[in-house]
Order: sequence, then C-alpha cells, then structure tokens
Amino acid sequence: MDRRQFLKSTAIAAGAATPIGAPFVRSAAAQARAETLLVVTESGPNNVDIHGVGTNRPGYEVSWNCYDRLFTHGKKTLADGSESYDRDKYEPELAESWDIGPNSATFKLRKDAKFHDGTPITAKDVKWSFDRAVSVGGFPTFQMKAGSLEKPEQFVAVDDHTFRVDFIRKDALTIPDLGVIVPCVLNAGLVKKNATEKDPWGLDYTKQNTAGGGAFKMVKWTPGTEVVYERNDDWKSGPLPKLKRVIWRMVPSAGNRRALLERGDADISFDLPNKDFAELKAGSKIKVVANPVGNGIGYIGMNVKKPPFDNVKVRQAVAYAIPYQKIMDAVLFGLGKPMFGAPADKGLDVAWPQPHSYNTDLAKAKALLAEAGYPNGFETTLSFDLGFAVINEPLCVLVQESLGQIGIKTTINKIPGANWRAELLKKELPLISNFFSGWLDYPEYFFFWCYHGQNAVFNTMSYQSKEMDALIEAARTAAAAGDKAAYEKEVKGFVGKAFAEVPRIPLFQPYLCVAMQPSVTGYRYWFHRQLDYRTIAKA
Amino acid sequence: MLRQVLKRLATAIPSVIGVVVVTFLLTRVLPGDTAAYFAGPAATPQAIAEIRAKLGLDRPLPEQFAAYVKDLATGNLGNSLSTGRAVTTEIIARLPASAELTLVGLLLSMAVAIPLGIVAAVKQGSIVDHACRMVATAGVSLPVFFTGLLLVYVFYFLLGWAPAPLGRLDVFYSAPPDVTGFYLIDSLIARDLDTFRAAAAQLVVPALTMGIFSLAPIARMTRASMLAVLSSEFIRTARASGLTPRTVIITYAFRNALLPVITTLGMVFSFLLGANVLVEKVFAWPGIGSYAIEALIASDYAPVQGFVLTMAIMYVALNLVIDLLYGVIDPRVRIEG
Amino acid sequence: MTARAQTGAPPARSSFALLRHARYVIGENPVTGIAFAIFVLLVVAALLGPLVTPYDPLASDTSATLRAPSAKHWFGTDQLGRDIFSRVVAATRLDLGIAIFSVALVFALGGLSGIAAGFFGGWVDRVVCRIADTIMAFPLFVLAMGIVAALGNTVTNIVIATAIINFPLYARVARAEANVRREAGFVMAARLCGNGELRILLTQILPNIMPIMMVQMSLTMGYAILNAAGLSFIGLGVRPPTPEWGIMVAEGAAFIVSGEWWIAFFPGLALMLAVFCFNLLGDGLRDIVDPQRRT
Repeated sequence: MDRRQFLKSTAIAAGAATPIGAPFVRSAAAQARAETLLVVTESGPNNVDIHGVGTNRPGYEVSWNCYDRLFTHGKKTLADGSESYDRDKYEPELAESWDIGPNSATFKLRKDAKFHDGTPITAKDVKWSFDRAVSVGGFPTFQMKAGSLEKPEQFVAVDDHTFRVDFIRKDALTIPDLGVIVPCVLNAGLVKKNATEKDPWGLDYTKQNTAGGGAFKMVKWTPGTEVVYERNDDWKSGPLPKLKRVIWRMVPSAGNRRALLERGDADISFDLPNKDFAELKAGSKIKVVANPVGNGIGYIGMNVKKPPFDNVKVRQAVAYAIPYQKIMDAVLFGLGKPMFGAPADKGLDVAWPQPHSYNTDLAKAKALLAEAGYPNGFETTLSFDLGFAVINEPLCVLVQESLGQIGIKTTINKIPGANWRAELLKKELPLISNFFSGWLDYPEYFFFWCYHGQNAVFNTMSYQSKEMDALIEAARTAAAAGDKAAYEKEVKGFVGKAFAEVPRIPLFQPYLCVAMQPSVTGYRYWFHRQLDYRTIAKA
Repeated sequence: MLRQVLKRLATAIPSVIGVVVVTFLLTRVLPGDTAAYFAGPAATPQAIAEIRAKLGLDRPLPEQFAAYVKDLATGNLGNSLSTGRAVTTEIIARLPASAELTLVGLLLSMAVAIPLGIVAAVKQGSIVDHACRMVATAGVSLPVFFTGLLLVYVFYFLLGWAPAPLGRLDVFYSAPPDVTGFYLIDSLIARDLDTFRAAAAQLVVPALTMGIFSLAPIARMTRASMLAVLSSEFIRTARASGLTPRTVIITYAFRNALLPVITTLGMVFSFLLGANVLVEKVFAWPGIGSYAIEALIASDYAPVQGFVLTMAIMYVALNLVIDLLYGVIDPRVRIEG
Repeated sequence: MTARAQTGAPPARSSFALLRHARYVIGENPVTGIAFAIFVLLVVAALLGPLVTPYDPLASDTSATLRAPSAKHWFGTDQLGRDIFSRVVAATRLDLGIAIFSVALVFALGGLSGIAAGFFGGWVDRVVCRIADTIMAFPLFVLAMGIVAALGNTVTNIVIATAIINFPLYARVARAEANVRREAGFVMAARLCGNGELRILLTQILPNIMPIMMVQMSLTMGYAILNAAGLSFIGLGVRPPTPEWGIMVAEGAAFIVSGEWWIAFFPGLALMLAVFCFNLLGDGLRDIVDPQRRT
C-alpha cells in the first residue's frame, strides 16, 4: 500500500467511524484504560537486554518482564500486609521441576512453552543463553560468577526438555544466582539469525529488541520517551497476567510525576522524592507501599589507602560526627531503617544490614581526631552521584556542616551520573556518599563485594585486610557445607571487624517506596527493585 | 538569484566547519569516561579497556576526527552509544516535535507581542507604553523552566484545565499517520479531529511557556521599528492626506516596519529552538533538546554532535530564508552575499 | 546621524550634563526610576548582605524544616531548616558577581575584538566575524552546558561559559559602532595630530562606544543570571551548599506541587527582580545615551 492510498483509507475509516463509532470508541477507551497500567519514572531503559553493555536499571525491568528464567521466587506477606518475593521459596517458571544433587542440578522444562515468535523453548536455548551470560563479559558475567557459574561447559542440554547445571565448586549462592535477572532465556535461533561475525552473541539486536518468551512483549520503545508492552497471551510459565498493556512514560520532572499521580492520570511510580512518599503515605488519595531494600545500605565511604582516612581513629571520629538522626528526619523523612546507635552491650546479630553502635557525639569525635594527630582537623572533598541528588545533596550538606564542627572542612563535589562509576573505579575520591544493595540477600554476598580484598568496584574504600578476607571466605565455605554454627561465628566476625575499623559508615537501610492509585493491586517487592507487571491488576 | 543563494551559502561554510570542529573537541573533553559507563557496575579495568577499544576510543584524536568527518560526508551522524540507534533517524524523528512546539510558541508570542509593540509605539510615553514594556520584560525575567513548572502547577494540578504534561499526545491516543511529523497538520490530513484536539491541548501550556519567554524581544523590536517608521515623512504625508489612523498604522506604517521584526523573529526562532531543552524536560516533550541533554550527561558524543550540527545547519538555512524574504518584502533590499 | 554626532563628539558633554540628563530621563520615565531603586537595593544587599542576615545562610536546623513564612522566618525555611530570607540575601553577592564578571569578561573579549574588527577591517574583521558566526550557529544554551560540563561546574566556568555565548552579540554591536566612527571627523583630527592607530582606537573610539556598550551590558547581565539558573536546573550549577538564586529556584521547584511554594518563590522573585531591573535599566540607559533610539 503506498502512502497516498493508506492516507485515503485511514481518512475514510476515520470518516466512517466518527459519527457512529464515537460512543463505542469511548467505551473501548475506558475498557483499555482499565486493562492498561501507566507507569511513570524519571528515566527509561538504554538497553533492553540484561546481557548488554552498560544496561541501566530501567533496562532490567524490561528484561524481567519479557524473558523467562528457569524458576522464580514465591511470595510472602510481610508484617505490614505488603507482598514481597520470598528469598527461600522457589517456584516453577520455565522449569516444571528440578532436582538438586551434590554436583549438579537438573531442570525439567515445560513442553508447551513458546517464544514470542512461536518457536518452542528448548534446553538448547537455555544453554545458549547461559553460555552467553558467562561469555559476553562485563556485568552479566560477573553476576554469574558470584554464584560460581563461570564456564559454558557447566551448562548441558541433556535433551530438548532437560537441562543440567554442573557445579565447579560447592557454593550456597549457585541456586539463588540462577533466580536473578541475568540467567534469562533468549530465543537462540532468532538472536543467532541477527548476529554478525563481529557480534557473535547478537548484542546489537537484543539491545533494541526483546527475543524472549516472557509474559509481556515489548511492542514499542522510544528511548527517553516511552516503552509499551502487550501481554503475551500464550504465556505458559505462570498464571496469565491481568494487565493487557503496560505503558511506561518517562517524566523527568519529579513535581510533575507527583502531580500525575495525585490527579489520577498515572497509575504507579517508584520515582518520587522521599518527602513526597511520606506525604502521600500520610494522605488517603494514593496508596504507598514501603519495603526495606534487602541487603541495601546508604553509607559514607572513606578511602583507607590515603591519609588522613588511613588512620582508623580518624574514621571513628567521622563516624561519631555524622548527624545520623538529622539525616533520618530531614533527608529520608523517616523512610528508612536507622543503621546506627545500637546499644553498645547488645552484641552482634547474624544478620545484615544491622545497626552499629556509633552515635552523634561531637566531643568524642573531637577527642579521637586529636588523638589521631589532627586536633585542628583537615580539608577534604565529599563527593556524590548527581543522579541521586535528591537524597545525596541534603545528606552531604548536613554531613559537611557537622564535620565542620570538628574542624574537618569539606568541599562538596557533584559528579554527573555518567562519570560516577569511572570515578569510583579510580578509587581516588577521599570521601563519598553512596548506596549499595546486593540482589542476593546474604551477608557474605554483601561483604564479598564491599569489603573483600579483591577490591571490586563496590569496595569503594579500597579496604584490604587479610583477616577480613579469611572471615568472608570461611563464611562462604561454612554456608556451602551447611555448617550453621561456623557460619554464624564467621558472619559475626566480619560484621564486628567492619564496625570496628569503619572504612564505611552505614547510615540507613532505605525503603523502596512505590506510590500507586488505590485501584492498583498485586504489587510485589523484588530484590531487583523494579516492577513485576505480572502480578499487578487494576480494579 | 540562484548564484546569489549559492554565494550566500558559501559564506556559511566556515562557520559550519567551525561548529563541527568545536563540537568534536568539546565532546572529547567531557570528563565522562564513556567506556567505564558502559562497562557496567562490576567492571574491571581490563573490561573497560576492551570496551574502549570496541568503541574506538583508544585511537588518537585526529584519527577519531577523520573517521567522524568521513562518516559526516556520507550523511552518517553515527550511532548513539547509549541507545544504539542511528542519530540521523532519531533526530529526524524528534525534530518535528521541537519545531512544532517552537513554532506554535512563536506564533502565540507574535499574536501578543506585535500588537503590544504597535500600541506601545503609537501611544509612546503613555501609561500603556510603560505597561507594555513591563509585561514584556516580566516574561523574560523568570527562568523558563520555572515558568513552565508554575504553569503546569496552576493549569494542570490546581485547575485541571490542561491535560497531563506527558508529551505530545495523551497516552491513550495513537499518533496520526506520519506525513510532516507535525501532529497538528498530520491529524488534519488524516481528518482525525479527535487527535487534533488532543495534540493541540497538549501543546498549549508548553507553547505558552515558550511564548512568554519570547515576548520581550519581539515586542521591543516591533515598537522600535514602528517608532522609526511613524516619524518618517511618508507617514506624515499619509496622515496629512486624511487617511484614518487605522489605515495609516496598519497598512502604511506596519508594513514598512516589518523588516527588522522579521530579522528578530528569525533570531528568536533559532534561539528558542536551542533554548527549548529546558521546556522539553519540564513537559516530557520528545524533542531533540531533551535528547541532546540526556546524551550530554551520559557523555554520549554522537547525539550531541548530531544535535549541534543540525541546529547549526538550521540556523544557516533560516538566515538564508530571512535574507530572501527581505527581497520579497522590500524590493530595495537585495542580498549581497 | 544627528544622534550619533551628539554622543559621538568626543568629550563634548561634561559628566555633569550627563547626570542632569539622567535625572531628567529618570524623572520623565518612572519605570527607569523604579529599576534604578531596585538596582541600588541589590547592590546594598550584595555589599552588606552577609552582615545583616538574621540567620547563618548555611546553618541547618532540622527541628524547623519546611516552615512557611512567619515573623521568625520571613521567607520560611527549606528542607534542611535553613532560613530562606538569609539565603536569598546572601546569594545576591554571588549572583551579581556572576552577572558582572561574565559581562566584564565578554566586554573585554567581544567588545574589544569587535571594536578592533570595525576599526581596522581587513583580516582582523574577517577573523572576528568568523568566530562570532561560528558561536552564533551553536544552540547557545547547549554550548554553555557543554562548556560547563567539560570544564567542571565551578562559578568561574559558569562565568566563562556565559561570556562565550554572549561573545557574538558584543562583537557585532561594537564592530558596527566602531565601523561608523572610523572615518568620523574627530578620528581624522586625532590622526592628523599624529596619533597612532592603536592609540586612536583606545582613546578616541573606545570612550565613544562605551555608552552603547553599557546598554548592551545591562541587558546581558540579566541573561547571565538566567543562564546560571538554567544550568542549575539540569544539575550543572554552583556547588552546594552555596546559596544562589538559580539553584534555589531549581531545587525549590520540586516542592511546588506539595504546597511549599515559598522555597522556590522568594529566590525566584529575587531573580526576577534582578533580571527585570537590569532589563529596564538597559532601556533607561539607552534613553539617556540616545534619545532617538528609545524602545
């Protein structure tokens, strides 16, 4: 059909539809509205493939909803009545059943599952996808490694519907790591067709197109503007979602996002300042759900490789000079769990995050600073990621003011989001405000990333200690062996050490808040902190 | 005529070259390490080096520049690193959104500013004159993003008169078939009045924001140029011949005062097209301005270069059109090249 | 041409006469009078600001956050309990500083090279015009963003970026004015007296162009502040916790929907008054300098 003809036909159709069809169109629109979820966030995906280079957080959301994994997590209801994923309960997704042995795990795939283009999903696709995850390098490969999933030889397609993972070592995190976003199942045939010699894994194709068999299909993506999904009516890996369409719009202005929710135009949003969440929560027009972010901590990090923060007394002085409660009140508006001020005689828990015993005590801070040989303080810069300025900026201003009172003069340095990671990687920033959360909610996982001497990028303090490494390794071994007593001892050991030497000062465990219309039900908290559209419904 | 146009274009070539070079250098000086950004959160230095090589960022600057110019010569503006899409197609898709917004804003502004300027000139020195000046100056005295947010608050949040600030169309409408890329025109071509109304409704507040900002220069120039014309002899003659003041002002004076006003309009248009980056951010408008900002913040070179180059070419083209218009409006003026 | 001759005759008018004329214009034109009063107020605030503020503009008080304007806090308090009145007053010095320094810089760069271009012509003229054309062809705000993003977001760089994007404006005006005067009688006379070209440029041309340039400067001062505000909005403004109107408006804008209007309103008002005053002063100055070009 050429353009002219097309225009003519649409014009005729429009002309024909207008007089008679108008009421019908309107009720259809109302119907569509009830089955469509309108999500608003500040920014959108830059890549819809979790295996891609530099995929951002919104990109994870697309991957989670458009691809299937072998299994998923069950749900649990929390004390406040909200729903959360259950870390310890696995439920079938692509795999109907599985069998975990000492050296391998075998998964039986469902036989009726199909990709969006209609090709059946086989164990070969699973193998190819996992091979891809451990081979492309960068983030996906790292994440797989966290569960000792490192080599393609570990993945075996036994027959069309049987898939096996061989373990290279005993690791309690292997199975949990198969339930995160990265090990998703791609349509191997489709991606290979679009791969090139230079790009054997077809990353360029999947960057902009979804090639999965998940509950939703991405039908439109305009970067920086919107993502539109439609339900995959042939989805077999779980109960069919209630929503037919999801429209996700990027609204850069925070004030406008709140206005859209309050006026009832948008259905749901994660992206509001804490102040707005706190106020909406207090009101009755909008439903707000707040869950503590699992294994997540906002902290002040100090570079222990360089003076003055190489001195543990200086670090402790800073830990006594942080205006903790002010931060909870004026920055978080109460939407977080305090990670400070535990009674000194309480002892440690086998848990992470847990509060440390530092408190705001300027006299003590001054004394420690004098002991460390800095009675008049010193000058330094306090850096933060501009992308999270809503929390970081007021937080840093408060910290700056408080440190000023013990003589530490700080200059605040805003670093644009694009440069933040590069700066962290250089490990030269003396003092930072940052946030980290681990997908896998286990203490040793957090410590492996943030305190281990391998000095991963998340060890923003460049903290290296043989003793600490030994404690972390021992905890992992004990976990793999199922030795509960040893595990508890090691965990308490590394937590205690982290608190005593304070290379990073935990401030709070933030809440993940989401604001939605009262008509929206079925929201569930996930470790990846993105929306799972599958369980959501609109009344 | 054609030779004149070509000659005029030739003079613009050095500045376009200048723009290409400066943009290239500026984007390379940006502190962002693109490779580290794309290496993801858990990258090792080695992984970053690999990505740097993959993106061609490890080559010396002159070599990168040569590659860039070669691509430009074939009309290829490169691919956005962050979205993987061709910059050329993105800009073509987004330009109409910005242009529609800017044009409507300019029209709104003209509809107010030109009469304001004429009245101010006719009643020179009176209260009306001062009031006009105050109104126009007030419009330019507030940061444009603030005006935008304020208008959204009042007209959408408080009063509910304006539709949700969600870009060019309400989410439950689909875009009209693409002919010009201007939704107002396309929906009319498709005879889809419903969509036309929806698109127009979305446009009003952002266009108003732009319009308020451009009130001052247009009103000022209209007033100045009217004053100059009103004091000239042919107006005195016209008045002396007993023509009505209306005829004198509209037919004789204004037509002659138009020339400098058009120059200003051209400048204001190109200024607005660049300045609407902030307005687009406020209204979630899918134009090229918001595209450029996002790219700049992600240190994504290609879209920034593409955006600046597009703007530069539009600027040159606009000036050419204005020069040609001069000749049409006033036969005494001919472009000299 | 008569007007030109009037202002153009070198030391023709004594400063006293100019003052009298200024008083006449202000008397004649109340708007300029108002603008002048605001300007005086701003200068006083900039000079005395930090001495007279009721609170420390940087001191937080988390027990009194987000308070509406009251007798205790005239303009209310912000998210960290800082007194907005104190911050608005304290910001005057920085904002006027940004405006004045960027204008001084662009005058030195653009004004002088424009004068040289107009006076000497030839290759100087061509080079200056090319530079001006190139900058004009950029989308100016994006150019400023790029410069600040590339050099880092310090006050100095904001000043530099603002100066660069205003370069063409100054260069063009200065060039046109110098061009008109290069063959004027008084220049000829100076030349006949044996003055060198550079000396003529600096002692004869420059002083005569100053009035027009002053008008230009007061107009661009307003844009300099607006430009800084725009940069703050996208996160490229001055460092916290420095009080600056633009960044206060940008940050306060997020609070409008939830009802805390005062956080953005008062700095916005100060910013608006300043820009408003510079613009009107510019117009007024133009009236003083050149009665024929009253717009």
